[in-house]
Amino acid sequence: MAQYLVLIYEDEAGFAGEGVGEEVHAAHTAFFEKHGAAIAGGNALEPAATATTIRGSIVTDGPFAETKEVLGGYYLIEAPDLDAALEIAKAVPARFGGVEVRPIRDMS
Amino acid sequence: MTEAVGVAAAVADAHRREWAFVLAATVRVTRDIDLAEECVQDAYAKALEAWANEGIPRRPGAWLTTVARRRATDLLRREVRFRTAMPLLVDDDTTPDPADASFDAEIPDDRLRLICTCCHPALAQEAQIALTLRLLCGLTTAEVARAFLVSEPTMAARITRAKKKIAIAKIPYRVPPPDELPERLTAVLAVVHLLFTTGHTAPVGGDLVRADLVNRAIDLARMLRTLLPRDSGVAGLLSLLLLTDARRESRIDRTGRLLRLEEQDRRQWNAGAIREGLALLGQAINTGAPDRYALQAAIAAVHARAERWEDTDWDEVVRLYDALGAAWPSPVVALNRAVAIGLARGPEAGLEALDEIGMPPELAGYSYLPAARADLLARVGRDDEAAAAYRLAIDLTTNDVERDFLAGRLREVSEGGATTRRPAPR
Repeated sequence: MAQYLVLIYEDEAGFAGEGVGEEVHAAHTAFFEKHGAAIAGGNALEPAATATTIRGSIVTDGPFAETKEVLGGYYLIEAPDLDAALEIAKAVPARFGGVEVRPIRDMS
Repeated sequence: MTEAVGVAAAVADAHRREWAFVLAATVRVTRDIDLAEECVQDAYAKALEAWANEGIPRRPGAWLTTVARRRATDLLRREVRFRTAMPLLVDDDTTPDPADASFDAEIPDDRLRLICTCCHPALAQEAQIALTLRLLCGLTTAEVARAFLVSEPTMAARITRAKKKIAIAKIPYRVPPPDELPERLTAVLAVVHLLFTTGHTAPVGGDLVRADLVNRAIDLARMLRTLLPRDSGVAGLLSLLLLTDARRESRIDRTGRLLRLEEQDRRQWNAGAIREGLALLGQAINTGAPDRYALQAAIAAVHARAERWEDTDWDEVVRLYDALGAAWPSPVVALNRAVAIGLARGPEAGLEALDEIGMPPELAGYSYLPAARADLLARVGRDDEAAAAYRLAIDLTTNDVERDFLAGRLREVSEGGATTRRPAPR
């Protein structure tokens, strides 16, 4: 079994609408209920405005790269191969952007 | 002893016909593409000597596969090979066991696995194409680099990166389940089609057609046809390639000048390829909604059926372009539809259809758009505008043969020679 990190990139402006937060929360709950067996971890992040970046010893305010769609959360999933991982990743809610699927390096 | 020339020819023939089969079956054993390639290359090298001594085997593919797979199991057992950090490919846990009595007797046809892995949507299309040429067609990295006019180190890096992604991200070595197969096959067909079109009108350089790429694309389409004989998408693509390639010999004259469809000597068209293409087209369009390749093949078939340019059923061509535009909307299709309308209903109607397209960003830099406009303008006698459009088309084309052709047309309209103006189609 391999592990993949599903990184959720979305435009934060999308969440400003009335009731959107509840809808997104419900969508993630439904995703978790359906694919819980394959989910090894996951979290939502606070908005990019709260990010702090460090390069060398220089500390700056803001996310690593200034982009419209920012990292807003992730799931760590387990799957036998990329096809199975993509199948699950397609179900990850990300209506204001998309997701990136990255294999976790096998250190064994 | 078999004659050396005959053996070399037999090995070369087996290389072209059997490479994909031998490699696909060997990857099943090694679950490592690089190791499998090494073993298959080794088997072909051994064949040169063995076939000279023992004669050419009745089934060269089976001989080569047995030798390659034995070599692979030997290397894996002795672990003499330098071990890379690459993980083994994921398959469906049916890796054959060399200790099994049926190991050499039952060699599965794994070519569909191999091409589905090469054309996996998680790989960039240029990587899909490079892997397909390298792993299915057995081209060397240098040959693949030449086909796409990039340097060998660039192509080597592209292929290595793609192989790494297959292993590390665990793109499975497996035929997709039936519900996913149609979508995956779409990517495979797109790669084969792109190989063909790249070869058919070499985008850059001195030759109009790169025969090697065209032939490889047709070989691949035939392979898919063997593997999926009931698939209408495959039938449509092979039909399109055959009907288009049937005109290969007549597309340029002895001086290398590009000939338009109307100028081509139709007696030079390959009648065998046309017959086969038309038969395949029947299967492709009789099963549900025809896809873009089947519709393009149907258009090529209209031309193939017309004995002379004047006999072309342009109304049918326009109807087919309408269907193609609905199935696969694209500014290029709209452009070809406008050209067909110009022939079915006259140049004024063609120009009107062309104006409807406008100047979509996808067509910026596309030389066929000003060339088509120039053609229609010349036919209605607007020679100055036609000349300007030809000049624009000449600036945009990168193919020498096409540039010469356009320059010839520009001279005709600049001289205003009414005698060179082609007659209305009807």
